[in-house]
Amino acid sequence: MTPTVPLVHGAHGSGGADAAGWLLVALLVLVPSIAYLRAARARRFAGRSWPARRTAAFVIGLVLVGLAVSPALHALGRHDLRGHMVQHLLLGMFAPLALVLAAPVTLLLGVLPVAARGTARGLLRSRALHGLAHPATAAALDIGGLYLLYLTPLYALTTTNVLAHHVVNLHVLLAGCLFTWSIAGPDPAPRRPPITLRALVLVAAGAAHAYLAKLLYARAPELPPGGSPDPDQVRAAAQLMYYGGDLAEVALAVALFATWYRTRGAARGIGGGGGTCRASAKG
Amino acid sequence: MDAPRDGTTTGHEQPDPAPAPRPQRRRSMFVAAAIGVGLMAAVDEIVFHQILGWHHFYDRSSPQIGLLSDGLLHTAEIVVLVAGFFAFADLRRRRALAPVSAWSGFFLGSGAFQLFDGIVDHKLLRLHQVRYGVDLFAYDLAWNAAAAILLLIGAGLAWGSRTEGSAAPRIQER
Repeated sequence: MTPTVPLVHGAHGSGGADAAGWLLVALLVLVPSIAYLRAARARRFAGRSWPARRTAAFVIGLVLVGLAVSPALHALGRHDLRGHMVQHLLLGMFAPLALVLAAPVTLLLGVLPVAARGTARGLLRSRALHGLAHPATAAALDIGGLYLLYLTPLYALTTTNVLAHHVVNLHVLLAGCLFTWSIAGPDPAPRRPPITLRALVLVAAGAAHAYLAKLLYARAPELPPGGSPDPDQVRAAAQLMYYGGDLAEVALAVALFATWYRTRGAARGIGGGGGTCRASAKG
Repeated sequence: MDAPRDGTTTGHEQPDPAPAPRPQRRRSMFVAAAIGVGLMAAVDEIVFHQILGWHHFYDRSSPQIGLLSDGLLHTAEIVVLVAGFFAFADLRRRRALAPVSAWSGFFLGSGAFQLFDGIVDHKLLRLHQVRYGVDLFAYDLAWNAAAAILLLIGAGLAWGSRTEGSAAPRIQER
């Protein structure tokens, strides 16, 4: 039976727990994927298109989440900060980017019953969500959480306490999604601040992330407190964090400015290739 | 590049609702300068920090503020590069790119960054040096001379491009 899976998942070392863990991964990937595919199909039946790349992004995002929480990576990350860091890169940066680019909120709004749709729209326009989804708030939750994790005994706690481990993972994923959504992506984001502010927050968040990575590298013998006995491992993990952070920042910056490029073109009535402009120039 | 084809003089607006695009000299220069700054920062970071390891990922001599400013520079460089490329693509798309001005901006931007790094970062703030454990004079000279060469190329191109987007192409036609 599956309801006990999350509990069994905590008990490591036995083959049965591993199998249960993989089953959980399969459910985690398949259930939302199927829901998304059904919603996309319903939308197409209603005569509105839904780009295949968004569906692909959603499935890729879920696969990355599944990989990150899979027994294989979990075992690797349990006593090794490098494995833990790979988990966090996937959960906090790459999976959120794929999931946000999949525009799940747009899709959901399209298939909800009309009454529920109104509620959802109200929620999207609420002051609380607006504050939470401000890039600065989202960045503080996302990057601040990492500072808390690596500069306090919280990381050490996650290696011994399974509940803490899962709560931290969930926070990393949700905060990553919130931050990514606040910066870029096709989903509706009421009162999203202008692009300059978003770019500045992205720079500040990236700098704070890089700074934390360098701090871990420089003070590997002491950090994270009570966490890892092997400074070389911490240094390798810090480098993973640093370069992985770069990669995610480039990807997010591309998503941000690609949106700018598209809306600027649309405002002038030019599509991707600049057809109108060319036509008038040839005329 | 496209010049106004119907012989309009500068400053004369066509009544056409979609006027023929004109090269935007200053914007081309500015956008390319941003790319130049970002690219030079990336070259410094990748070639000298990461491949040669002359000055590193983390110089233990750096104060905490230096570390933070390094992180800011690095992420800003990434965002500026991406933003610059999209702005460049936008200029091309609406046929407003002035190519010679853009090249001049690119060289001016990269030279300015190199000179800033060589004088302010290395000498005034002493965040890091080009290299450690050797006589720095030749390295500093090469670093700042490279900056000067880039700036000279940029200035030369800026001089050559000063009529870009105005009536110059018509003179060539005659």
